[in-house]
Amino acid sequence: MKYIDEYRRREHVLALADLIRRESRKPLRIMEVCGGHTMALRRFGLHSLLPDHIELISGPGCPVCVTSRQFIDQAIALSRQPEIILTTYGDLNRVPGSSSSLEQEKARGGDIRIVYSILDALTIAAQNPEKQVVFLGIGFETTSPATAAGILKAQMAGLFNFSVLSAHKIMPPAMAALIDQGVNLHGYIGPGHVSTITGSKIYDFIPQKYGLGVVISGFEPTDLMQSVYMLVRQRETHRPAVEIQYNRVVTREGNLKAQQLLEEVFELRDDWWRGLGVLPQSGMAIRTRYADFDAGKRFSVEIEPTREDKGCLCGEVLKGLKKPTDCKLFGKACTPSDPVGACMVSSEGTCAAYFKYVTIQ
Amino acid sequence: MCLSVPARIERIEGDTAICSVGGATCQASLQLLEGQLPQPGDYVLIHTGFAIQKISEEEAAETLRIFEAFDELNQQLDEEERQTGQRIV
Amino acid sequence: MKRHTHILLGHGSGGRLTHELIKSLFLKHFRQADEHFLTDSALLDPGKGQIAFTTDSFVVDPLFFPGGDIGKLAVAGTVNDLAVSGARPLFLSAAFVIEEGLSIDMLETVVQSMAREAANAGVRIVAGDTKVVERGKADKLFITTSGIGQILPGAGNIARAAEVMPGDLILINGSIGDHGMAVMAARNQLSIGTDVVSDCACLHQLTELAVAHGGLHFMRDATRGGLAAVLAELCENRPFGIDLFEEKIPVSDGVRGMCELLGFDPLHVANEGKVVMVVSREKAPGLMDMLRQHPLGGQAAIIGTITENHPAKVWLHTAVGGTRLIDLPAGEQLPRIC
Repeated sequence: MKYIDEYRRREHVLALADLIRRESRKPLRIMEVCGGHTMALRRFGLHSLLPDHIELISGPGCPVCVTSRQFIDQAIALSRQPEIILTTYGDLNRVPGSSSSLEQEKARGGDIRIVYSILDALTIAAQNPEKQVVFLGIGFETTSPATAAGILKAQMAGLFNFSVLSAHKIMPPAMAALIDQGVNLHGYIGPGHVSTITGSKIYDFIPQKYGLGVVISGFEPTDLMQSVYMLVRQRETHRPAVEIQYNRVVTREGNLKAQQLLEEVFELRDDWWRGLGVLPQSGMAIRTRYADFDAGKRFSVEIEPTREDKGCLCGEVLKGLKKPTDCKLFGKACTPSDPVGACMVSSEGTCAAYFKYVTIQ
Repeated sequence: MCLSVPARIERIEGDTAICSVGGATCQASLQLLEGQLPQPGDYVLIHTGFAIQKISEEEAAETLRIFEAFDELNQQLDEEERQTGQRIV
Repeated sequence: MKRHTHILLGHGSGGRLTHELIKSLFLKHFRQADEHFLTDSALLDPGKGQIAFTTDSFVVDPLFFPGGDIGKLAVAGTVNDLAVSGARPLFLSAAFVIEEGLSIDMLETVVQSMAREAANAGVRIVAGDTKVVERGKADKLFITTSGIGQILPGAGNIARAAEVMPGDLILINGSIGDHGMAVMAARNQLSIGTDVVSDCACLHQLTELAVAHGGLHFMRDATRGGLAAVLAELCENRPFGIDLFEEKIPVSDGVRGMCELLGFDPLHVANEGKVVMVVSREKAPGLMDMLRQHPLGGQAAIIGTITENHPAKVWLHTAVGGTRLIDLPAGEQLPRIC
């Protein structure tokens, strides 16, 4: 498969591993902010190819993991309305709310449907004019343009039985908050697909303000190994910078059309992140002019009081301060088939990735 | 996060592209792409049913050239090591 | 029968309609067994020695998919459970739970498919049952098959994996993930498709050849949970582990593409015509030649080894040179954005 296979060549991966070993002297702690990178690193077994003094920490870039429990509770409350069909990406299906999950609500009779795309949700709305179709908007800048396009499409098509409950977030405030909150890092592996939309310019403040490097990486094994190598070089030469490894889709400016759509439909608001707390101007609210498509505004439902689990270290894990294995619940009370914390729910969550692809040391 | 896959455009119907990834096919909305629309044979990055970016063939080739260069550099260092018997860093 | 085009609740009542359905549909196609079919039990002579006995239910959605249907699956699935236990399959029973309103043509197509698969496999369907439930109480058609087989000479230990030892090689008879991805594409719920065809097939001729070849220490068909589940279960709590080599594992282009799009791992995707064999190192080359000459083993490959280095663990040596642990799949794989 073009643009996949040629980035999985063993000789290139091993050559990069060797170069990293040759050139890396100083201890290096880097965080992959993106859950997709966490998964890829483990799937290809890349940790086993890096020297011990290079530590890869998994960050908060899994939209499920940072979504608040209150959002899940609100979605559950909506799904209990008889006129509502709730549509969602599969990722949210098992995420625990305060006392239930969408999976459990579906078993109890809620009309909850898993879709691959917001376009599928629009189709469901068109086919069920007597129902209200609510789509759960989760994800960062990669996914939110699709939601914006979906809302505009609904408006064009006059699908006024369609609306979105938005938990969309943007990445840079979290990357700043991690450093502000004391996570000890030398650099970031930047989220490749977020950057496809935003461009690399949104990270300029990180070397400027914090003296940390950002290398925006692709998701194939050679991409990731090259990105680690680039961060090694930055560290060895004391020259932190924003660099793009993933040149084939990421530019400095990003996808301007997608950015315009985001600007048209969403505005920034303060938002709560699991583990990080409330971060100013980090969430995406649907603008008032599209209030007809904002499920949060259209439906007033009673939401149960939010209840957090005791002992769950999701917040610390998201910040990279604790490893999943440090958590008492990990692998015992909390497993992918019966998750307690959100980091175990999403297959890109740090705990799930750990559970699934335990690195061989 | 954000599972996105490079896909080859097979044909275009309105603002939707029918694409292939290996032996699988999928549909992708072209609504989010800027500038000149891609053509059949071009590759796009797909996320949740939307093409989010065209893949730059030149940049992709350049990245591969860099990998080749790393490979050569590494082999050269290996060779020097063999000749000198010393680990080169 | 001609009077009805769809299943009525009455077809499960035990009365005249039931009788008609059995005679005009089931017996018509399973006719080699009619001396048994109308009595309460089939009377069988399984011959001397140990017998293997198994049961399995089939609830696949959709009923028809490229490469097979629920009927073919219900026969092959139970035949394979017997075959990998080292048995020669002899007799099957089939119980049908039918949703009111199912088209009788559709039911007949499924029954024909079962009869054809059973005839090809040389097994007899000797007992059956039919229930009809109200519309909405079942999804079109569920089939449960049970099977009896005779353990082949020298094959008594295969199912228990009692003779597996370090140094043995692990073989598979072809590409993985085809069934799971073919069915997912056939559901047509996603804007994603593939021309992958299910590998659904009876494997007992292949397994019988393998038993006769000798040196065979374990067999298991890799169904739900995929190849990963078979291997993780094989070495669970055992004094040996497994080294698995990713680049040796055959995966078709269609399955690879689907897995990339959906974020699935082919190791965890279901198969219905794949058997994993553990064989002694000496006997492996001969077995490979034999498998490759068989129509169901053309892509057979040696994909791993049994090792004492990391007991109870499956290590995957990735194609790019890394290593990772393979565990039992956590749950159903869902299409995801992330």
